[in-house]
Amino acid sequence: MQASLDLGDQGYKVYLIEKETAIGGKMAQLDKTFPTNDCAMCTISPKLVEVGRHPNVEILTGAEIVDVSGKAGDFDARIWIEPRYIDLEDCVACNDCVEVCPVVVPDIFNEELVQRHAVYKQYPQAVPNAYAITKAGIAPCRDACPAGQRAQGYIALIREGRWEDAYRVIKMDNPFPGICGRICNHRCETSCNRGKFDEPINIRALKRFVTDKVYEQPRTEITPAEILYPEDRVAIIGAGPSGLTAAQDLIMNGYPVTIFEAMPVAGGMLRLGVPEYRLPTEIIEREVQDIVDLGVELKLNHRVDDLDLLFEEGYKSILIAVGAHEGIRLPIPGSNFEGVIINTRFLRDVRLGKYQDNGQSDAPPLGDRVLVLGGGNVAIDCARSAIRLGKEVHLACLESRSEMPAHDWEIEAAIDEGVHIYPGRSFERILGTEEDRVRGLELMEVSNFSFDEGGGLHVEKVPDSTHEIPCDTVIFSVGQRAGLAFIPEDAGVGITNKQTIAINPNTFAATKAGVFAAGDSVSGTAFVIESVESGHQVANSIMRYLQGEDLEPPPTPDLPVVELSEADLDDRKARGEISHQPRVPLPELDLNDRVSGFAEVELGYDENNARAEAARCLACGICSECMSCVFACGKDAIHHDMVGENRNINIGAIILAPGFQTYRAELSEEYGFGRFPNVVTSLQYERMLTASGPTSGHVRRPSDQESPKRIAFLQCIGSRDQNHDYCSSVCCMYAAKEAIMTIEHARAEERTHPGSGDVFCQVFFIDTRSYSKGYEEYYRRAEEKYGVAYTRCRISQVVEDPHTHNLIVRYSSPYEDHAEPIEEEFDLVVLSVGMEISESVKDLGRQLGIELDEYGFCHTTLFDPLQTSREGLYAAGPFREPKDIPESVIEGSGAAAKASQLLAPARHSLAIKKEYPPERSIDSEETRIGVFVCHCGSNIGGYLDVPSVADYASSLPHVVHAEDNLYTCSQDTIAHIIDTTIELGLNRVVVSSCTPITHEPLFQDALRQAGLNPHLFEMANIRNQCSWVHSDNWEEATEKARTLTRMAVARAEKLDPVEISEVPVCQEALIVGGGAAGLNAALNLAGQGFPVHVLEHKSQLGGNLNLLRYFSAPKDSPIDVTPQEYLQDLIDEVESHPLISIYLNAELLETDGFKGNFTSTIQFDQELISIKHGVIIIATGGVEYKGEEYQYGKSPHIKTQQEFEAFLGEHIPGAPGSGSDDRVGELPDRLTMIQCVGPAEKFCSRICCTTAIKNALKLKEIKPDAEITVLYRDIRTYGFKERLYTEAREAGIRFIHFEFDRKPTVEILSADSSETEIAVNIYEPILQRDVQLPTDMLVLSTPVVPDPGTKHLANLLKCSTDMDGFYMEAHVKLRPVDFAADGIFMAGMAHYPKFLDETIAQAQAASSRAARVLSQEKILTNSRVAQVDPQKCVGCLTCVRICPYHVPRITTELDGVGGIVGAAFIEAAVCHGCGSCASECPAQAIQVRHSTDEQTLEKVQAFLF
Amino acid sequence: MDKPYIPEIIAFCCHYCAYAAADLAGSMRLDYPPSIKIVEVPCSGKVDPIYVLRALEEGADGVLVAG
Repeated sequence: MQASLDLGDQGYKVYLIEKETAIGGKMAQLDKTFPTNDCAMCTISPKLVEVGRHPNVEILTGAEIVDVSGKAGDFDARIWIEPRYIDLEDCVACNDCVEVCPVVVPDIFNEELVQRHAVYKQYPQAVPNAYAITKAGIAPCRDACPAGQRAQGYIALIREGRWEDAYRVIKMDNPFPGICGRICNHRCETSCNRGKFDEPINIRALKRFVTDKVYEQPRTEITPAEILYPEDRVAIIGAGPSGLTAAQDLIMNGYPVTIFEAMPVAGGMLRLGVPEYRLPTEIIEREVQDIVDLGVELKLNHRVDDLDLLFEEGYKSILIAVGAHEGIRLPIPGSNFEGVIINTRFLRDVRLGKYQDNGQSDAPPLGDRVLVLGGGNVAIDCARSAIRLGKEVHLACLESRSEMPAHDWEIEAAIDEGVHIYPGRSFERILGTEEDRVRGLELMEVSNFSFDEGGGLHVEKVPDSTHEIPCDTVIFSVGQRAGLAFIPEDAGVGITNKQTIAINPNTFAATKAGVFAAGDSVSGTAFVIESVESGHQVANSIMRYLQGEDLEPPPTPDLPVVELSEADLDDRKARGEISHQPRVPLPELDLNDRVSGFAEVELGYDENNARAEAARCLACGICSECMSCVFACGKDAIHHDMVGENRNINIGAIILAPGFQTYRAELSEEYGFGRFPNVVTSLQYERMLTASGPTSGHVRRPSDQESPKRIAFLQCIGSRDQNHDYCSSVCCMYAAKEAIMTIEHARAEERTHPGSGDVFCQVFFIDTRSYSKGYEEYYRRAEEKYGVAYTRCRISQVVEDPHTHNLIVRYSSPYEDHAEPIEEEFDLVVLSVGMEISESVKDLGRQLGIELDEYGFCHTTLFDPLQTSREGLYAAGPFREPKDIPESVIEGSGAAAKASQLLAPARHSLAIKKEYPPERSIDSEETRIGVFVCHCGSNIGGYLDVPSVADYASSLPHVVHAEDNLYTCSQDTIAHIIDTTIELGLNRVVVSSCTPITHEPLFQDALRQAGLNPHLFEMANIRNQCSWVHSDNWEEATEKARTLTRMAVARAEKLDPVEISEVPVCQEALIVGGGAAGLNAALNLAGQGFPVHVLEHKSQLGGNLNLLRYFSAPKDSPIDVTPQEYLQDLIDEVESHPLISIYLNAELLETDGFKGNFTSTIQFDQELISIKHGVIIIATGGVEYKGEEYQYGKSPHIKTQQEFEAFLGEHIPGAPGSGSDDRVGELPDRLTMIQCVGPAEKFCSRICCTTAIKNALKLKEIKPDAEITVLYRDIRTYGFKERLYTEAREAGIRFIHFEFDRKPTVEILSADSSETEIAVNIYEPILQRDVQLPTDMLVLSTPVVPDPGTKHLANLLKCSTDMDGFYMEAHVKLRPVDFAADGIFMAGMAHYPKFLDETIAQAQAASSRAARVLSQEKILTNSRVAQVDPQKCVGCLTCVRICPYHVPRITTELDGVGGIVGAAFIEAAVCHGCGSCASECPAQAIQVRHSTDEQTLEKVQAFLF
Repeated sequence: MDKPYIPEIIAFCCHYCAYAAADLAGSMRLDYPPSIKIVEVPCSGKVDPIYVLRALEEGADGVLVAG
């Protein structure tokens, strides 16, 4: 974000590519920030908003860089953008979609402590402020269904008890839910992922349950569809499922439809082929009626004989959708005997009730012994129907029992009901009586059979197996086909040799134009759901035909199907998300009741069973596409058919700031994370502490939701271990913060609920790494003020008491005098997890061809820390090395500076500038206020009476127009506001809606477009401050909305136009300090084209770099450049740069002016020079502390680290000035180092540990047998510097810990310079006794302290310094290089001690911040700034003293009250508009524009009417 | 019948922190009495004692300055 803002402000077009649905990263998840305990969200939120609104920053969410080609300055990048399924432009973030979403998944933002819905906003303050939908892909149940039924969707809704919604989902894809809920062959269940775990979900039964539930209610009347194309009439032949589906789709799209049905009833095979006991007539009739009522003309008993006649009657298109009503009679002997019946005829007659008529009908009579021939589902239907007619029923088929095509459960049911089955038989001949009446069947047993390519059947029969089954009725059920006799050969409609209509399978078009066919007439017999699907497709094809479009269906994106492997499922089981749980059994009719009639066999679930069964769903697709959100969204913002897209952008540079992931604590099994509920990660703990988190800031044990009283923090989880040779740099501090916040919360709770008790926190750690500004003090505060127990011990295992879920930690701590193991029980254990680079970031790095280390961190160099190995690509943040927020922000700015240096010529070329009409003067106009009151969908309108608020507003003084809008911020309403403002001549606009923080700029822009000054606008926040917080009190919420609107109108009346003035900018920089920081900043700014003046008070450039002899680097990656070589190159480059002027031996005497317009006077060469510049960078560095501690100064053998480095430098063999090799002998044999000397006991100087180890290793390198002992408090080798510490221990350097209350003491035993012996006494904690270390040389690690001139310069520039004397930044986290005063920046050790790479990064950051000012030709003043009326000013200096930004000054150029010379002046360009001066001014001479006392008081007065 | 006494409170909220916090309270649907009305100020430093006095004068029962 920082890099985007810096570059955007500098006039570059920025694409901010974010993988998640919102920006903010890990910081947005944090509770507070150390060391100030500021709320993380409060700190980051203004930045989020700024980025979101920035005209030059385009945020692409769900986006990833796929490929980058080209070269630095001219890259072509391909970005893959995941679909969000919600239109960012349209979404108003009203939350209505979430309310109806039935799917819940673990909430990653809340570290899986709670669940969220599939449609979600990452967090309340997310930018972009819009929702998104998570989809894993197509659920396998939907994929398997020919009609694409959203089974997961209606199952989720059933689980929630939302029957109507579930029914609606089914109906969207299938007009026959009740029918399919009974007789569908449910391929969805076959593919259900749950089937791999235990049993698939009983989807069909759930579908039936929902329809039963809905059909219990009185039927709601169907509104006929609107006919849009009265001329384009369509004739459909056949009222079966495919014809009816097509009819529904066509009429819903506005085409008139007539269905011709030969039978006396509609429903086709459903009505005439499927027996009543499986599918009750009333269900069919209801679902057919739902379609007919849409306005479909249904002509029953109407057989079509001539297609051409239909065309002549005016039908534009004909759909043939006849069913396979013709059964097949096998040509075996006796097949024409009396008593032989065909399946279709039999089932139809049964269904039409002809056998229940006691032989009064035309149905062929049925004997008492019925033999059904065939093994398919229809044969079973025939057999079970005959049973219900009271017959003895037998069934024979060719296939063996296991090969029978009928569903197994059907066969089982038939057997249960008494059907005798004879599988594996061939039908030899039907035996007849003399009257050719059936008397039996002759069969043979079959051993094998097969079909040849031509479809011919070959049967191997068992010899001598001929036998008979006596019967008096034979029912053939060996297949069926469509009756196509009505299509004459010359009709132009082709028929295949399988007796189906020839069609193009993509378009369903028959060979004659305008004729289409679907269902059984093209496919042969099929299941209902297939007919439904063909009905949908053919309807679409017919519509394309009628519209004259290409008949081929448009391509649809290929979406992934979510297949869960058994391993995935086991994984879920291990995490406790699912457990084995078979299907909820489906009740059936008792066997005796079944066979006595045609009552439905399956009884269906009751509510509880259905919800229990639905709860088994694994929600494979995550979003179930149940469309509830689409119906709920008042803005039509949700589009489930969105697809991902590749976007190609041309860019000049890429900044990589992909961040880190926390260590997956479950990998360290010894700590029990994932197994023990009360072991949580630090990030989970942050979420618990956060007031806006899932527990509203109350820390609760996951196992029982109790408040923990004893909490252990375990440090270095995933850092400094066998798998991570680095330190994660932030965990010590965040653990201290979390402990402090825990105790603060407990204290607050004790105040409100006395007796709730205290909390004990214990931190188990190795070294405390509180190495940055204010960190040491913070850590001390945790220990001393909050009583956090710190124990130096790495815990190797956590054990759980399974009854209490308490956790047992065993430790011993010799450093705290606990050498014996201790066992302690804790209520909660927090694992301080370290930083890692995620696999996806590693992939990104590889994709971009940049060098990564073995952990995936981006490789950069000491001298160019933000430059990746590929030109034009820069890295920032933890992607380079674990680091905290300020350093990440510094690097963001620094990387922006690098990019800006590369791209300077292109500045402003793509930046956005919007054109507006001229502003209208309202001076002479009477006040005319327009009020727009927003419903915000149901967010406001659902909780208070919005129209009455608008009515009320119209009665207020000066209001000439008031109205209510569904969404006031939608594009059409904005356009309407502009029009209304112009038409009615409004000169003030009030919007009563949501929060001005997000929406005010939008409405102000509308005013500007209407030709009004944008400051003539006022908002009343009746959502966040009213409807959302008083949702259960309609009356009072409405009353409050009226009051808030009245207050807004009152203030609006007093609003005045605000002129924004422009101040020109001097595009030059002044840099104070010519060390590494100053020179790098100078080079960067000059590289961007800005003239730079570098001031150095010494006679030589280079600062502290002059004192360095070698760099620290791990053994395996040595740095082959010496500090002096680097410095010389740097100075050469600076000196030769045409835009850089250097002033050595120069002193800054005076600086006047403000951001963009400074004038400084400097003393240089005995002259006073005046320089004009727009910015100042302070890079005055620091110096090594030298004091009297540890006998320093009393012996030449007691040195500081800097002195020791110089000494070593002289003795490095081959080094310049080192002379011959024999000087190695002068190096000490026994060396002792003492860390944290003098002021370093109070603040950590950050670099001393690493410098000490660097020097110790150097001595070891030159003199391997030297004995080196380092006495330390904490070794603070943060980040990758940890590797040096490891190397030092491996090299045999001894480390002894001490506490400040047991510091070492130093004795000089002999002062003789040749034979010096020094003794260092120290308490050795492991030995638990004092030891004496004889030593030849003692090196003291003294800290870096501010340059002696710091205070003077700070006074000169009116800048602040901190407790330790370093310069104070504007904000410790987010403005780490800015001063509170605008236009002044800092870099290097003047800010705090730091290493060279950190200094360079900060110098670049400072130049980036400076370039934000320098790149503008003029700066605009803020609208809200303080203005002095000099004629009231008495020059009392109150404002000068009170201003936190040191802006007001007394100038003699103005005359004060009574014409006295001198009055206060506030420069608008730098005023922050806080108004402190205005409230304090005793003469009331100061007013803040756009926030005047008059305006505020008017609002206050309107409070009570 | 007497209505129960519900104090009318006017709250001056800093644009940067307390006002944003009130927005968040809305997002989180935290309930509080409707008798509290918020007036945004650029900074709590901008709250002139006059504002407080005027609010009380106009009939407010309490004034909250949050920043």
